Amino acid sequence: MLEESRRVIVDIKGVAKHYGEGEARVDALRNLDLRVHAGEVVALLGPSGSGKTTLLNIIGCIIDPSEGQVSLDGELVFDKHWLRGDLRRLRLDKIGFIFQAHNLLPFLNATDNVALVLQLAGKSRAQAQSRAQELLDYLEVGHRARAMPALLSGGEAQRVAIARALANSPRIILADEPTAALDSKRAGIVMDLMRKLAAEQDACIIAVTHDEKILDRFDRLFHLRDGRLEDDK
Amino acid sequence: MNLAFRDVRHNLFRFILTCLGLGLLMTVVLAMMGIYNGLVSDALNIVKAPQADIWVVEADTQGPFAEASKVPNDTRDAVARLHGVAQAGSITYQTIEAPFKAATLRLYAIGYERGRIGGPQTIVTGRGLEASHFELVADAKAGMVLGDTIVLGRNRFTVVGLVRDTMNSGGDPAIFLTLADAQVLQTQLAPPAARVQAARGATATGGATVAAVIARLDPNVDAQSVVQTVRQWKHLSALTQAEQEDILIKSVVDKARKQIGLFLGILLTVSAVVIALIIYTMTMEKLKQIATLKLIGAPDRTIIGLIVQQSLALGVVGLSLGLVLILTVKDYFPRRVLLEPVNALALTGIILVVCVLASGLGVRAALKVDPATALGG
Repeated sequence: MLEESRRVIVDIKGVAKHYGEGEARVDALRNLDLRVHAGEVVALLGPSGSGKTTLLNIIGCIIDPSEGQVSLDGELVFDKHWLRGDLRRLRLDKIGFIFQAHNLLPFLNATDNVALVLQLAGKSRAQAQSRAQELLDYLEVGHRARAMPALLSGGEAQRVAIARALANSPRIILADEPTAALDSKRAGIVMDLMRKLAAEQDACIIAVTHDEKILDRFDRLFHLRDGRLEDDK
Repeated sequence: MNLAFRDVRHNLFRFILTCLGLGLLMTVVLAMMGIYNGLVSDALNIVKAPQADIWVVEADTQGPFAEASKVPNDTRDAVARLHGVAQAGSITYQTIEAPFKAATLRLYAIGYERGRIGGPQTIVTGRGLEASHFELVADAKAGMVLGDTIVLGRNRFTVVGLVRDTMNSGGDPAIFLTLADAQVLQTQLAPPAARVQAARGATATGGATVAAVIARLDPNVDAQSVVQTVRQWKHLSALTQAEQEDILIKSVVDKARKQIGLFLGILLTVSAVVIALIIYTMTMEKLKQIATLKLIGAPDRTIIGLIVQQSLALGVVGLSLGLVLILTVKDYFPRRVLLEPVNALALTGIILVVCVLASGLGVRAALKVDPATALGG
């Protein structure tokens, strides 16, 4: 009942994705339905090749589905009115990405890595720097604001990456193995942090993970098998 | 936030090293330009030095710089008497070799009549020729100083003055002698040839010939009309100063110009390929970062800007290093390297265009990057 009352952020109906045609056709996703609400933290699980990354790419507006509807924060995307530039803008404004290997730009310090996203969204340099510092302080890496990514520890780098993902207050945070490079203690801390932020920002988090240590920190687990989705919890 | 600048600053040592390599290439390009300019300038300096309006030469020849020309000594008097001629003087040109301080100097000997046109224009040190014999004024590049003596033919000459930037198209420094000394030198250095000429009865009145007679005209006199008058004398021909310069450029300097021009073209092509390869390699190393930029929503212009700005920075810094290097070493070249501001400007324009074109390969690779690669499989 509580779940039903919350706003749906990601609404996927009958989505399929296939590559190639005829005998060479590969069905990566088949008739898939998924609803994720504001404040929810969900995990996509499944063996390699099950379609997790394809689903993440579709929700991230990187690839379009072959069939079905995708609605993000109330907007129906991938219909014929959406151009590549519009999808890019949607990614910038509404989606935050957290990567397995943090993917910070090595030539920018921690603050600038976060500020870049804000400046791309149209914020002034001063505004961007101020907000970036605020986020880094909140994530307890403010003291490393001027450090280059190569000088950050794995945990620090991942916190900076989370700050970057949150910079534009996105409604959807997509995480690809966010704790894979961290030990269990740090992985737990990062997951707790992400849960807290999702609740505060009324955003949803969809994470692809194989990390069994953190599965109890998700609201729902979705198992993907051969391109089909099964809700575990 | 300028991503190109940040990336360069992050990899500063590699960037400087790459610029240094490009700078050395630019040094060679600029040296080629300078050598070409020097070649043309040196060749033209010799023709311009007498400040003549017309050149009277042997019939059916193109003057002393393109081919052998011999006119009788007394031609100067005939030319001087022409209507509109203000001054006339005889002149000879001859390339000679002479021992000097344990080395052999190759010199371009110019004989002229003292008190008439044809002598050195600006003497930077010392004085002009005052004695009738055995004095010379030399170009500083010959390595002689005031008071030095040098044996030419059978006589010892003393250096009394120095000039600058006076050499023939082959780069041999000039020396100025009196006409009489130069004519004696011709017979002393080529006695068999002189004997053959004498046997043929081809020697002019007084037994001497000159390479050309040069003349300055009165103001407002049309050079072409005087040239036409001279051409009516069947044994002589005449050229205006402009024609003489044109012949020199076309017949004497042209091959060297084409050769250097072709070499320049090849060097610029090599530079373009090198810049393209460097930019392409730099882009390929950043594919993951570019994919991340695309994924977080950076527009294409941000990514294109990153690549093109780095390419331009590479070209501009490389060119600047090349300019500094060539300006530092140009005086050590055996031939004059003459660099004009217009050369630097032209090369800057060319390099900027080359950089933009060369970055196209990197831009193409960057735009093809799938943002999904940032997420992994």
